[in-house]
Amino acid sequence: MKLFKSTIAKLKQGLSRTRGGLISSLRAALTGKTLSPELLRDIEAKMLQADIGVVTSTKLINELREAWKKGDIKAGDQALAFLKDRLIAGWPQADRQLNLATPAGSGPSVLFVAGVNGAGKTTSIAKLAKTLRDDGQSVMLAACDTFRAAAVEQLETWSNRLGVNVVKGKQGGDPAAVAFDACDAALTRHADVLIVDTAGRLHTQDPLMRQLTKIRSVCAKKIPGAPHEVILVLDATTGQNAINQAKIFIEAVDVTGIFLAKLDGTAKGGIVVAIRDQLGIPVKFVGIGETPDDVQPFDPVEFVEALFAD
Amino acid sequence: MFGSLTDKFSNAFRNLSGRGKISESNVREAMDEVRTALLEADVNLTVVEAFTKRVLDKALGSEVLASLKPSQQMVKIVHDELIDLMGPIDSHLMYVQPGPTVVMMCGLQGSGKTTTCGKLAAYLKKQGKSVTLAAVDLQRPAAVTQLQVLSQQVQDDMPGSGIVRFHGEPDKVAEYGKAVGAAVTVSKNALKKARADGSDVLILDTAGRLHINDQLMDELRKVNQAVTPHQIYLVVDAMTGQDAVNSAKAFNEQLELDGVILTKFDSDTRGGAALSVKHVTGKPIKFIGTGEKLDALEEFHPDRIASRILGMGDIVSLVEKAQEHVSEEEALAMQEKMAKGKMTMDDFLGQLKSIRKMGSIKSLMGMLPGVGSQLKDLDLDEKQLGRTEAIIQSMTAQERRNADLLDNSRRRRIARGSGTSSQDVSQLIKSFGMVSQMSKQMAGMGMMGKLKAMSGLGQMDLAAMAGGQGMPQLPGMGTGSTKKQPRFKQRKRKSR
Repeated sequence: MKLFKSTIAKLKQGLSRTRGGLISSLRAALTGKTLSPELLRDIEAKMLQADIGVVTSTKLINELREAWKKGDIKAGDQALAFLKDRLIAGWPQADRQLNLATPAGSGPSVLFVAGVNGAGKTTSIAKLAKTLRDDGQSVMLAACDTFRAAAVEQLETWSNRLGVNVVKGKQGGDPAAVAFDACDAALTRHADVLIVDTAGRLHTQDPLMRQLTKIRSVCAKKIPGAPHEVILVLDATTGQNAINQAKIFIEAVDVTGIFLAKLDGTAKGGIVVAIRDQLGIPVKFVGIGETPDDVQPFDPVEFVEALFAD
Repeated sequence: MFGSLTDKFSNAFRNLSGRGKISESNVREAMDEVRTALLEADVNLTVVEAFTKRVLDKALGSEVLASLKPSQQMVKIVHDELIDLMGPIDSHLMYVQPGPTVVMMCGLQGSGKTTTCGKLAAYLKKQGKSVTLAAVDLQRPAAVTQLQVLSQQVQDDMPGSGIVRFHGEPDKVAEYGKAVGAAVTVSKNALKKARADGSDVLILDTAGRLHINDQLMDELRKVNQAVTPHQIYLVVDAMTGQDAVNSAKAFNEQLELDGVILTKFDSDTRGGAALSVKHVTGKPIKFIGTGEKLDALEEFHPDRIASRILGMGDIVSLVEKAQEHVSEEEALAMQEKMAKGKMTMDDFLGQLKSIRKMGSIKSLMGMLPGVGSQLKDLDLDEKQLGRTEAIIQSMTAQERRNADLLDNSRRRRIARGSGTSSQDVSQLIKSFGMVSQMSKQMAGMGMMGKLKAMSGLGQMDLAAMAGGQGMPQLPGMGTGSTKKQPRFKQRKRKSR
């Protein structure tokens, strides 16, 4: 993706950790061995430990077992290659593009960002804003988290650091009204991209989810074709609950892609495999640190390698 | 009352009815179900394996093999073992004399440290303790302001005689990686201030950090050395997956934790992280965070979480939620009326309203044992409740007191008044009749029973659903409640 040229150096640096661990004990266990039920169990364990979850892991292992029975796969390392190919194929390039208003420059493009509390929305927005700004786009932020104490200040700090505009409302005010004003401002000031930050909310909070739907529809009414992307920020350390999260956020705001945050820890973020498999939502970006440079376009090959690494 | 797991166990044991005796392999098969349940609940794989082995040994050595109801027996062993591993209940906070007692909060980014600091301050204030909240997170933009606002909110809005103060040094805030070290100074200053102010407790809100970031973990160790906190708590997101063990282990090794606080338990997470974290740290789970409000900090109850982890629902929390919205007297008065079969449409309406206050029907039903997993694909029409309210509100006071008055003409009028069809009105009257009928059986059941009764309404026919899908019987529940109700069949109405 041309957009992210500037982050390629960072990308390599960020992945060095996972690269180093590539010669994994799993690979060691599989190499040169004939596939056996025990090895299948080892592979399954690896998937479970990566948070892929029972349903999807079982499904993948069954596919593997089928291929093994048919004789397509015999050796251990073939099994791993089979799985990796299968997973990588789930994320074609086309799915990972950032959708912006077409033709270019006809903006503003609206990126609508949502997620549960503490997923990393604001930091992720800073990352997206910087990347887009560095790409020569004029970026505007909408501080629609009017609920959490100091959330507006948090986004404001980022906007100052990055030198982008922010539209804000009052603490405790109506977030939909802020979204309305922000859309207005983005139109009159001819911003290329408007990134809408929303308050973190647990997907189980029904009224808050309805509020989110409302904020989205305000954007949709105000700017034709908006929101161009609805990004669900997901904490990579999240377990199986992420599926419920994704499901309900999809219902509420029609999520178009995932920003997988905090992938610089020891969590593998395998839940996005299950989300892709069960709900069809692709990953678009990954967050790998606290500075605005720590963002990468999602690279399925690297991601899958890391899933099976130690 | 243990839901889906019991069913699965029954399957594992079913094959041998007839032969009469349960073999070891049957028990092993049942343990596979436990394994799956735990993994689905995000318990770490290593922990799952240790746990199932332990339970297997117990089960094989116990009366399961000889038991007449092996599945129940198995569930009991699993459940008890979970409670045993996650417990005991320990929300005791140690205070030192002279104060202040220093409490340090730490954890990954976004786990909920700052919010939890506010909640803990509110908890202490209620007990008459005065608290100083110190913003030691100098990295995240506006974290200092956030804690300051929270402190003020606790001081202004929360009950209790304690005083809540704030200490922050916003001038020391810097961009990521550039404020390392300043945390030590701020902590020392905070301690001095808390001492001078005579605070009973000083709570340090540290920055979120990754357990593998050596520089930042070192900073925590230095704060630890500088102010020697009496209690160090790890704040963990209850939705965390397999990785919970890695971070908890690292924090515990470097800081010698005193306890754990699990946050975001108001989500629908099964909360297996509780078991993982307890397993690797051995440290008590002190509290759980259950909402965005400042009083949403609760004691940790291993028995409830055990049921939740096993996918067996969380009845106790449901009842508590009900109690929040319905007073004891109201409930008692209701119970009496129901026992005597004197419930009116007004009472029905009142109940409906209290239920709606508690949240979405879907989230409420998710707490019912055995229902959770079946709800996933069920499309509940939340609007139905609104229509029902409208129908009742379109009745005259007399009609509401005496549903027998409702003949066809009146039904048509009510339908027009409420913007529904007369079929809808009839359906409601039928449901109401059913509820009244059932009410005598359920008189002793309290809110739970009433909830079930409500489910007899049109779209949300829980009773029918349960009848069809093997909803476990609740103790004391009349058989009437699980009888399948025809949902769409229109009976000919007798006009009066």
